[in-house]
Amino acid sequence: MSIEILPAAQCSRTTVIPMIKEISIATAATTAAIVAALAFPHVAELYTLINVTIFISLCVLALSLGLVWGYGGIFCLGQAVFFGLGGYSYAIASLNFGDTTYGVAASLLVPMIFAAAVGYFIFWGRIGDVYVGVITLTITLIFSQLLNGSAGDAYVIGSVPLGGFNGIPMTPPLNIPGKAEEMLSPEAIFQVAILALAAAYLVCRVYLASKLGKTMVAIRENETRAELLGYDTRVVKLITFVIGAGLAGAAGMLFANSLTVTPNMFSLSITAQIVIWVLIGGRGTLLGPLVGCIFVQVITTQLGTSGFLNPEIILGGILIMFVMFVPSGLVPALRQVTERLIRRPLKWRK
Amino acid sequence: MTVDRRTFVKGCAGVLATPYLVKNAFAEETIKVASIHDASGVLDILGKPMAAMTQMAIDEINAGGGLLGKKIELKSYDTQSNNQLYGQYATEAATRYKVAAVFGAVTSASREIVRPILRRYKTLYFYSTQYEGGVCDRNIFCLGTTPGQKTEKIIPYAMNKFGKRVYTVAADYNFGHIVSKWHEKVVTENGGTFEGVEFFPLEQTDFGPTLKKIQSIQPDFVMADLVGSNHIGFFRQWVSSGMADRIGLASTIFGTGNEQLFTNPREHNGILTSACYFPEIDTPENKDFIARAAKATGSDRSPINELPAMSYYAPQLWAEAVRSAGSFDRDAVTKALEGNLTYKGPGGPITVDAESHHVTHDIYIAEAWDHGFKILERYENLPPSDTAAVCDLAANPSDTKQYVLGN
Amino acid sequence: MDYICILIIQVISSIAMLVLLAIGLAIMFGMMKVINFAHGEFIMVGAYTSVMSVNAGLNFWLATFVVAPLAVAFVGFIVERVIIRHLYGRIIETMLATWGLSLFMIGTVTIVFGNTVTGISAPLGSISIGRFSNSTYDLVLIVMAAALLVACALFLRRTNLGLIARAAMQNADITAVLGHEPKKIYCATFVVGAAISGLSGALIAPLTGVSPGMGLAFVAKAFITVICAGPAVIFGTGLVAAVFGTVNTAVTFVATPVFGEVALLLSAIILLRVMPKGLTARIMRKAL
Repeated sequence: MSIEILPAAQCSRTTVIPMIKEISIATAATTAAIVAALAFPHVAELYTLINVTIFISLCVLALSLGLVWGYGGIFCLGQAVFFGLGGYSYAIASLNFGDTTYGVAASLLVPMIFAAAVGYFIFWGRIGDVYVGVITLTITLIFSQLLNGSAGDAYVIGSVPLGGFNGIPMTPPLNIPGKAEEMLSPEAIFQVAILALAAAYLVCRVYLASKLGKTMVAIRENETRAELLGYDTRVVKLITFVIGAGLAGAAGMLFANSLTVTPNMFSLSITAQIVIWVLIGGRGTLLGPLVGCIFVQVITTQLGTSGFLNPEIILGGILIMFVMFVPSGLVPALRQVTERLIRRPLKWRK
Repeated sequence: MTVDRRTFVKGCAGVLATPYLVKNAFAEETIKVASIHDASGVLDILGKPMAAMTQMAIDEINAGGGLLGKKIELKSYDTQSNNQLYGQYATEAATRYKVAAVFGAVTSASREIVRPILRRYKTLYFYSTQYEGGVCDRNIFCLGTTPGQKTEKIIPYAMNKFGKRVYTVAADYNFGHIVSKWHEKVVTENGGTFEGVEFFPLEQTDFGPTLKKIQSIQPDFVMADLVGSNHIGFFRQWVSSGMADRIGLASTIFGTGNEQLFTNPREHNGILTSACYFPEIDTPENKDFIARAAKATGSDRSPINELPAMSYYAPQLWAEAVRSAGSFDRDAVTKALEGNLTYKGPGGPITVDAESHHVTHDIYIAEAWDHGFKILERYENLPPSDTAAVCDLAANPSDTKQYVLGN
Repeated sequence: MDYICILIIQVISSIAMLVLLAIGLAIMFGMMKVINFAHGEFIMVGAYTSVMSVNAGLNFWLATFVVAPLAVAFVGFIVERVIIRHLYGRIIETMLATWGLSLFMIGTVTIVFGNTVTGISAPLGSISIGRFSNSTYDLVLIVMAAALLVACALFLRRTNLGLIARAAMQNADITAVLGHEPKKIYCATFVVGAAISGLSGALIAPLTGVSPGMGLAFVAKAFITVICAGPAVIFGTGLVAAVFGTVNTAVTFVATPVFGEVALLLSAIILLRVMPKGLTARIMRKAL
């Protein structure tokens, strides 16, 4: 059994050792990421680099729901909203101010502020799990409707038309802060993306290791108990929600850098995909969503282009299989298997 | 395609020194070009025939001995109606295969992803879909018709037939908004009254409220520029609420999504539409073309309309330019095209307009009838005046904007 | 006068449409707490069955009222056996599995029928009301929606089987002790829900284009309607559909279809915030 499933309130010694383990994993992952960031552009061709940059941005998105749903237990179907808001804020602010530094700031702040408002609305209303899903899904649909309907002259922010279904073409790539003319090359953007992923991972780890993070897990396990112990569960949930929104916003910003922003970012299919990544990879882990995201991306592009099976059938089939047979997800399941293998010689101790 | 996925997987696994990654710029006996279309997914109904016709054009060029003594090799990409893949494939075609030209993109949204990438990597680009107009970029040639070319003819024709009070329904995206502005402009210029416009999101399925609105306005005819599978419901609900006998229907795009095949004659008979190509064009060249296309697409109920036809024209136009330039070089070919190059296609000639990089078209007006069309009128050599009014690449060669075509 | 008349018909037919879209899902969710995200695809299969049967020469009404419900009931039976049965009581897991099912069904139908739009014309022509004309088929839909609501309510309240079904939903163990196997009851309920979804799909088919992805346009709206309905599913669905349908049509008339949709969704959010357990958790608690 993976350790994260234990409620924080009841763990003492049991959590300390795995906690060290987790943090060492985090350090190793970060180091590996940075090494990759430095090395990869020298060996890979440009198109591979751009593809991988897109995958990385989606990994950050997967991570955000991994935190909010996997650890926080908030069944949020609105992650795509924060993703899209991040992308749109980045494009709009960058094009209006001429410097993408403002765009980056906007891509983090706008989704977080919006999440704070939505979170206040939901958590102070004491709305239960499935209903949180419905409300966030409804918000996703509203954004999708509104942005798809934003073609025409009435919908312009500053000097940027929202463009409806077509989105905002020619989203500028990142530039060196303060120097709008010096745009980053795809290689540099790749490195930025890798560093952003590492940073996002660290943010999650630090948050989980903090007192707040532990309370969050306790709330997921038993909200009433956590409340009786004197925690204001609403505040903790709100903070988790807002951090998740910031991460999703950053993902949207990275995504906008590799492609353009369109209302598709708010679509049901993106919403579904994020949930699928986390579910397949494993709730209650941080590695899981990343693994799930890459797994699904590679499978859909690989099998989809080979053309012998419809990607929807594959994706749907995988999702059903996982819910039914591997409900904990890939990473926890693999951990369980390896732990069992390691422990086998010591079985008699039981 | 499998190769580079594999490359990617291997790359992730750390096996980075695969031979695939070594850039090969050595002796090429063939010249590569790329076709990027949504041949599967929601848009496959448009993208599949477009991809097939691009392939057919290249095959015919090769069967005729290739170009400048070289065979043309077509790299076909299926973007699965997923715009994310457009960016990936366009980059791959330009940087990995260094293709001489790219043909493709179905929607305007996907074109706007492909266009800056191909410009950055100096790869010539041909776009063959009818669209809202206004793209002004020296690296792209747009073969699709634009709103001005069609509305200026079909609206007066329809006003003559039905009457002068016009209402518009259009798909709620850039195309619909721009086209409806042209409707308003042309209607008022011709002494009619424009009674209003309603935009439908692409996923709209229930048109009841709007049908009631239209009934209370009682226009002489409705211009219906609707797009996609959900909007087919409009024509159904139009007939079932008994409006077909009272109010006329016209469109500038009915047929581009092969709507005449997916509705019943009762639902589409009598709808006026216009295009630069109809399979019913009665010339020997076109009959021959249709026969070849039927073979290439493997269907006798040929889905060839304006979009696949222009997807066939585009490689042919490029080939003309290569022959005339005597080179595959992007700048030389662009110059040749800018010399008001003409290609005579099965639907009529197209001529490049050097300033706007759009083309002149012969425009037909037809009436949908029993899953096909009856051609009623033909107008020759209509210039892309809408885009040309805002775009002058001769004076301003570094322009990359898409202008919004207003009144 | 005729304008007001036609407006009222439009509002009622929007409500009827929502009822038709939601009622199958309402039975599944209300009775078994199963959120079937493949609901839109059940509707889609119903629509396809009806179109195919009519194209094969079958009578429209026979195809709609017999063939389509039976076909989708069969699909529902298999889905219940293979997937739903193993996930009872786990709302989110069921939802995710049926989400996968939804993708799977879209993919399968795409392979079988191609990603093209098909459809049939609405029968019955139109009727005139003053200066206006209205599709007669709209009136059929209104009658059908009302009939379905009443039939479901009567079945649950007045019949023995309905009583057993309600008992199993309230307390499965005690129902089992009384000699009724809850698994069978759940299965039957799911199949009935599926059959009604199939009927809805067949009824909607003549209005819209029938394509593999058509369910996506419906599922979210149906889902939201059912969740907002609250514990008294049947009555609640009717009531919520009335609120949403009116809001949607009214806003569409004065503004645009986009704002009509957005107004519907916003009213759903507000409703859920004010009544987190749904509309009928606060009012009419005795209803069904």
